[in-house]
Amino acid sequence: MKHRLSLQQYLILLTVMITASLGDTLLSRGMSQIGAVDLHHLLLLFRALANLNIIAGTILLVGFFASYMTALSWADLTFVMPATAFGNVMIALLSRFWLHEHLSLSRWIGILLITCAVGFIANSPARTEHSPDSDPFAGPKLTQVDPGIGL
Amino acid sequence: MTHHTSTAVTWTAIACVALFAIAGEVLIAAAMRNLGDLDLIRAKSGLPGTIRAVLGSPLFLVGAFCMAFNYFAQLFLVSRVDLSLALPAVGSCTYVGNAIAAKYFLHENVDRRRWMAALFVCVGVYLLTK
Repeated sequence: MKHRLSLQQYLILLTVMITASLGDTLLSRGMSQIGAVDLHHLLLLFRALANLNIIAGTILLVGFFASYMTALSWADLTFVMPATAFGNVMIALLSRFWLHEHLSLSRWIGILLITCAVGFIANSPARTEHSPDSDPFAGPKLTQVDPGIGL
Repeated sequence: MTHHTSTAVTWTAIACVALFAIAGEVLIAAAMRNLGDLDLIRAKSGLPGTIRAVLGSPLFLVGAFCMAFNYFAQLFLVSRVDLSLALPAVGSCTYVGNAIAAKYFLHENVDRRRWMAALFVCVGVYLLTK
């Protein structure tokens, strides 16, 4: 099992956090400018691609995708997932301390819960061992079932 | 809910976005696991070699298709449904769904700590977007 990550790998996880939340924020801001898209006018979605917020958000999400794939090449999906969620915490803290917005008690509890989740994962191995024979995506033969560890 | 979108359409759209996100992420995770550390591939074959290796993976291509569909479905969703409902609903379904899919399809060792983390993230995202 791989327990320790290098500085470069931590930076990739940081990039995942920042680009995911900023990209999503710009995307929703752009779509609020475009307006409602009707089921019968789905081509409007392509017109949305000309919106500056959508373009910036999409570029950030491409950066997110690249760093996310890199992280998945050396870490489990369940290890990388909380990193993407921690981006929401960063946005909330920036809005509180940079933009001086009010954060309700429920948001502070949300920040605490996500931080705890990242803490749980940070102490676990980035990649858990598994047999290639038990991986349905690894090869054509599936001869052994991995029981895993349940609750 | 904005624009009088019916409850059935809202939750169907949320379920579609979440399902395509889960399928895309699991397939891409499987593809990356099969390829191995991208940093090592880049050190050996350079960036073009890394891109060729990634694009040559069928699992990645199917996963990327799911993510692309997810992208447009998400644009549709946020244009029809309040962000305060869409974001936590999709986020929560995706986090829990990913943990289940990672255990049963990727055979990751999702122990009690990782289940707790998935649930904490799920509730945390809901509270953050309230």
